[in-house]
Amino acid sequence: MNKISIIIRREYLTRVRKKSFIIMTLLTPLLMAMIFVVPALVMSNDDKDFKKIAVIEDGSDLFKGVIPDSKDAEFEYISDRTVNDLKNSFEQEGYYGILYISPQVIDTPNAIQLISKKQPPIGLLDHISGSLEKEIEKQKLLAYNIEDLDEILKTINTSIKIQTIKIDDTGVVKETSTGIAMALAYISGFLMYMLVFMFGSQVMRGVIEEKTSRIVEVIISSVKPVQLMMGKIIGIALVGLTQFTIWILLTVAIVSVVKTNVISKDTMEQMQQLPQSLSQADQSIPGATAAMTTDQLSEFEELFASAMNQRWGLIIFTFVFYFITGYLLYASLFAAIGSAVDNETETQQFMLPVTIPIILGLIVAMGTMQNPESSISFWFSIIPLTSPIVMVARIPFDVPYWEIALSMALMLVTIVGCIWMAARIYRTGILMYGKKTSYREIWKWLTYKG
Amino acid sequence: MLFEARNVTKRFAPQLALDDVSISVPAQSIFGLLGPNGAGKTTLIRIINQITAPDSGGIFLNGQPMRPEDVLKIGYLPEERGLYKKMKVGEQALYLAQLKGLNHAEAMRRLKYWFKKLEITDWWGKKVEELSKGMQQKVQFVTTVLHEPKLLIFDEPFTGFDPINVNQIKNEILFLRERGATIIFSTHNMSSVEELCDNITLINKAKTILEGRVDKIRSEWAASEYDVVIDGEVTPETNAHFTILRSSFEHGRSVIRLKSQDVRDPNLIIRAMAASGQIISFNPALPSMNDIFIRVVQAKNKEVQKN
Repeated sequence: MNKISIIIRREYLTRVRKKSFIIMTLLTPLLMAMIFVVPALVMSNDDKDFKKIAVIEDGSDLFKGVIPDSKDAEFEYISDRTVNDLKNSFEQEGYYGILYISPQVIDTPNAIQLISKKQPPIGLLDHISGSLEKEIEKQKLLAYNIEDLDEILKTINTSIKIQTIKIDDTGVVKETSTGIAMALAYISGFLMYMLVFMFGSQVMRGVIEEKTSRIVEVIISSVKPVQLMMGKIIGIALVGLTQFTIWILLTVAIVSVVKTNVISKDTMEQMQQLPQSLSQADQSIPGATAAMTTDQLSEFEELFASAMNQRWGLIIFTFVFYFITGYLLYASLFAAIGSAVDNETETQQFMLPVTIPIILGLIVAMGTMQNPESSISFWFSIIPLTSPIVMVARIPFDVPYWEIALSMALMLVTIVGCIWMAARIYRTGILMYGKKTSYREIWKWLTYKG
Repeated sequence: MLFEARNVTKRFAPQLALDDVSISVPAQSIFGLLGPNGAGKTTLIRIINQITAPDSGGIFLNGQPMRPEDVLKIGYLPEERGLYKKMKVGEQALYLAQLKGLNHAEAMRRLKYWFKKLEITDWWGKKVEELSKGMQQKVQFVTTVLHEPKLLIFDEPFTGFDPINVNQIKNEILFLRERGATIIFSTHNMSSVEELCDNITLINKAKTILEGRVDKIRSEWAASEYDVVIDGEVTPETNAHFTILRSSFEHGRSVIRLKSQDVRDPNLIIRAMAASGQIISFNPALPSMNDIFIRVVQAKNKEVQKN
């Protein structure tokens, strides 16, 4: 046992001290943080320039003051000029564009044009069409001469959001979000795939290095081949866990720092601006948009709450379990492959049967998000070669405990078998040089005695 | 420590790698394990190191069957040398020493001694890939002997060394034998066999074809030939007692190689030679191990072809 720990120590330390390890460990969280932070920054900084838009109607003034100014656009109603008049000079006069509303707009909704030099942002278009639609609807309603129209509008204004509520066997009611579950499934499935592949192939490269540098013969005259193999596998697993832990801690740290310093300020401003623009809107369509914002806010809260409602303990436990077992399974296969070849280019013929289940697992895991209860998802999350990836993707959708237990038990049994098999291939393979190895050859190694 | 391999047989699926091979190495002696490429030497060495197990037969230390933990009593320098290229020399030597069961402090103490002795202390902090092949060999030699094994196995220990280093390593090997180690030595360099080995076994195609003490084998194979050096230029002639194989005149002396004809008594030859001039030296011409190796192996191969 002591010798295994000496081997583990070397495998761990030589890798952790490498420059490439340190750089990867520090850079990846930056990249990950960028994935989280950049969209948020883009959203909050989206097109900061303030736009002034000239609103021109032909002949009537139906829409005067209908479009409220938004955070980044101001609408100036111009009644004394025509489109043709302004068309060539709007830029010089400081306008971003001209919004032309033709008199037929009530009957032909397409009779609105936004003339600008640049492609207008989608938010601006939404803002304009939203305001105009409401006004046009209102005008149409007015034509029916309904009494107390404003009151009626206020009362009929509704916004619908479906709450998904899950009841578990004990009758405890939980609010959940399919979106959160899907995101979780996607992230854990993909992460598992990446980690198993990355560290599994590191084991393979390590074995090939020992074999081609011929140091293996010296080492196995002091320790058993299986000790060397397991020492390497465990050492690299610890490297993986170290790197993974640092990644998570650093990512969380970076995201939270950026959040408090950059994003929250912007969102705060946004929040402050909203009521102002809303109060203007209130004059024309009271209640309508105000209700929407409170909805948006509570949606965030709900999302957060339902994220918290996920069984995090179970998710983390299963992830760590499947990471360790999935890694052990594939690392032992990779070690066997590494021992059977003379250099990395020769690995290809043996890689295929190992990579197919991993990739299949990933594909099924991605499909799992659409339909976590399908029989394909079920079987692939039970079969050991694919279960690490598929099961972690299913966990956020509440898998029955017996399925998890069955999958884990099968996994453990398979690992023992796999390591035993890999060790037998390994101890013969690492001493075989020059001859190109075939599957038949490997089968023979499996059956050698002693 | 007396080392024996008794009736070792090992088969790799289609062919026999070792066929009933036995060797016996007396304590504190140097034993040459010889044979052409692919004869089965490496397989036997691996069996001794317990890297692979024999199909039948066994390995004995002082008459006791070898146990797994006895591997710590063995130091093995494989023919295909290798070290981790990216690792530093000192660190690596320390690692290999610890795998042989030495604790950190003891390993450090011994490494310092050996590094100083072989004048490689300056390389302690260098990466292995920065070293020349000879330097790497020295490091590997140190890691092989560091745990003071009772049984040392050197597979081609001199390849890659310059003559000065060959001499240094030879002296270290002799020194290790004096300190009590039993040494098995596999090589194709026959002059070093003549110089170092007490006993040899020659394996060809999985079978032992020649074994015994080196001096005894050489005199057995001596084909009653003699080297005679005579002062002045003489041209001896073939007579009833001997045949002249070759003769030459150098630096005022005649050097003659002759083969005696069915005469067992060298005095007859000496008397005949003395007639032609003053004899400076008269020696039985022992065949080199190189000649013996080639003759034995070729004879065996012909015999096999006939059958």
